[in-house]
Amino acid sequence: MSELSVKHLLGIKYLTEKDIHLIFETAAQFKEVINRPIKKVPSLRDITIANLFFENSTRTKLSFELAQKRLSADVINFAASMSSLKKGETLIDTVNNILSMKVDMVVIRHESAGAASFLAQHVDAAIINAGDGAHEHPTQALLDAFSIQDKLGAVAGKKVAIIGDILHSRVALSNIFALQKLGAEVCVCGPSTLIPKHISSLGVAVETDVTKALQWCDVANVLRVQFERMSASYFPSNREYAAFYGITKPMLEKLDKEIVIMHPGPINRGVELSSEVVDSNQAIILDQVENGVAVRMAVLYLLASKK
Amino acid sequence: MSQKLLLSTEDLHIILFRLACQLKETHGDFAQTLLVGLQPRGVRLAERLLHILRHEYKVANAQLCKLDITFFRDDFRRGDKVLSANDNSMEVGVEGKRIVLIDDVLFTGRSIRAALTAIDSYGRPKEIQLLTLIDRRFSRHLPIQPDYCGRQVDAIQNEHVIVCWQEEDNEDAVYLVNK
Repeated sequence: MSELSVKHLLGIKYLTEKDIHLIFETAAQFKEVINRPIKKVPSLRDITIANLFFENSTRTKLSFELAQKRLSADVINFAASMSSLKKGETLIDTVNNILSMKVDMVVIRHESAGAASFLAQHVDAAIINAGDGAHEHPTQALLDAFSIQDKLGAVAGKKVAIIGDILHSRVALSNIFALQKLGAEVCVCGPSTLIPKHISSLGVAVETDVTKALQWCDVANVLRVQFERMSASYFPSNREYAAFYGITKPMLEKLDKEIVIMHPGPINRGVELSSEVVDSNQAIILDQVENGVAVRMAVLYLLASKK
Repeated sequence: MSQKLLLSTEDLHIILFRLACQLKETHGDFAQTLLVGLQPRGVRLAERLLHILRHEYKVANAQLCKLDITFFRDDFRRGDKVLSANDNSMEVGVEGKRIVLIDDVLFTGRSIRAALTAIDSYGRPKEIQLLTLIDRRFSRHLPIQPDYCGRQVDAIQNEHVIVCWQEEDNEDAVYLVNK
């Protein structure tokens, strides 16, 4: 019977295509579970999971917590803002203290790239990366690809444009790995200041004209402009960004096909997407959120089965 | 490895008709009854019974759902292999219904316990009965007994009961295999 090739979920880079398909097959079963009148299964009832969020998060944290509770796991939450980190404790000490309380799995979000991999080398628990700096956000990429498969039947052969702030985005990198492993073509699009210099070495096309990217793609995954990570001015103003890169209903109507619009949230309405587009039938943003719980349940279930 | 024929094709067909007959006797027109086949091996048996009920006994109302118990099993993380799930199709609500759980072999009873919990997450049925083709009567770990039973078998621990179906295994028969 098939199982994952990894003990931790640190990034999509370390998964095989087979792993991703296994996660999707399991997620499809969990999607059925979360639509039952009683949305809970007892699989992880003897497992304790710590959610360590060293960086703010609403959606990912809620989604992970819900996934854990739907699987009957015991959950402890940790927010850096209210912790001993402020007193100077190191990351390993914090985590080891938590593990001494007999925790089996750790979900970690951290502002430093590589934090999850670092922990996986030093502590004895299954680690799930919920976002590390501008490196990877594997569960987001899995749920994005799962949503594409759900909507269009398959990921292989599809053309996906990732539009927006590529430079500061961990979602973009994880998405590129996931989509390429599943056989999709990927193009990144944004102002040249927000596109990393050597990104084409990953085998993705680079486009700075958003109209051309939309005309080319089947799916547009639109990313948020990450104002909080910007240390310099990458574009003159929000209004100018919206004028050049904001996607509006008239732009979509001009295309000769109906494309799918995705966004990992939170959305800056009126900046990267107009309100009309967000609320249209082409957008599957809320489906992504629903799929997120199912995909995270699948990841937790499959990692927990590896003792 | 040696194998012994427990039920020939003819034996098996007689038993299937008898079980269908017993179901018809208890459930009448099946208006409030739902057959639930356990994934993966119970579904084939349930489909055969449904076919007999519909075509031989003209029970037009008889309905079949498939239930997967993977996420409710009590041996998760205890064996060597990952438990992979199968499809569920429980579109018909179970609320207030008379449920007949159908599985091919009743062994320890643990699958049935998991199925009873799994059914609960779809609603509160009025009644749940159990139908099994083979009942390995002296190997139970839990106090669970079938309401309808094809054949009782006394088998020891290292013997396996293999149910073969024409659709998958090219014959209808039941074997006792000694491993």
